[in-house]
Amino acid sequence: MSPVQAFAKGLRAVAPLLVGVTPFGVIFGVVALQSGIPAPAAIAMSAIVFAGSAQLILAQLVAAGAAAPLIVATIGLVNLRHALYSASVAPILAPLPRRWKWLLAYFLTDEAYGAAIPHLLVEPRPACAHWLLLGAGFGLWFCWQISTVAGVLLGAGLPGDLGLEIALPLTLIAIVVPMIDERSKLLTALVAGAVAIALVALPHRLGLIVASLAGVAAGVLFSGGRK
Amino acid sequence: MTLWLVMLACGVVTLVIRASFIMAEGHFQPAPWFQRLLPFVPIATLIALAVPEFLTVHGQISFDVASPRLWAGVVAIVVAAVWRNTLLTIASGFLVYFVLR
Repeated sequence: MSPVQAFAKGLRAVAPLLVGVTPFGVIFGVVALQSGIPAPAAIAMSAIVFAGSAQLILAQLVAAGAAAPLIVATIGLVNLRHALYSASVAPILAPLPRRWKWLLAYFLTDEAYGAAIPHLLVEPRPACAHWLLLGAGFGLWFCWQISTVAGVLLGAGLPGDLGLEIALPLTLIAIVVPMIDERSKLLTALVAGAVAIALVALPHRLGLIVASLAGVAAGVLFSGGRK
Repeated sequence: MTLWLVMLACGVVTLVIRASFIMAEGHFQPAPWFQRLLPFVPIATLIALAVPEFLTVHGQISFDVASPRLWAGVVAIVVAAVWRNTLLTIASGFLVYFVLR
């Protein structure tokens, strides 16, 4: 497979997710403005942070007046899952020069990873795997930038209750459910979900952090006991 | 100004996390306990992010059995579990949501 073919394959792989990502990005643009974030900052955030759910949380925390260290720490914890994506693609990217590694790391979102990984894990490993990952990553990036700008520009003009926010959890479900392939992971999901619901009233999205930790703990403990 | 600094800090943190294993590959391995818990982190975080969204209306938890959000979520989860098709999952969730509204 040539680099161009691999890149195109990556674009095609991420394309279905863009149905959910586009409204997600528009919503982020709108929410950012409502949170008091100026339009240039909102648009820049999609390139600087480039992490959908984290950006929404960042906007919420800014609106709530949370302190800077708390915001950065929360975003760090919320994005910790990307370390697994990093670990997962690291062997595939090992022979590449550093600039490729940093570039692909920048593009390593849930959607790009989720879309590309099934194609990357086939044996024998495709020769242009990094181009495939780049295609998926760039496709997502481009869509995210455009939809953020659209959200920022349309912001005030959009009717109040379109209900497009449902796009966020739907996209996340589409990515996470296929990851659940064994009982310990199912337990992780159940515990994280239950705790997240129970603690939804906690300020500064603390419920999210606690639920993630609880889910991880449950999964690790359960899988440890099976050995 | 603070906002831009916070954004930059968040961007750097995020990039470092994403680059961590990629740059470390071949040079050093993280602690075994960290490697054991890592596979569970995306599932826990993504579920913790998604699930409350199906049950909240204007920031309040609502277990209203007739809620369009709730059913959009249930259908999306079932469709994802059975067919594992991204487009189908998202589309079916949207469909259920807008039909029930």
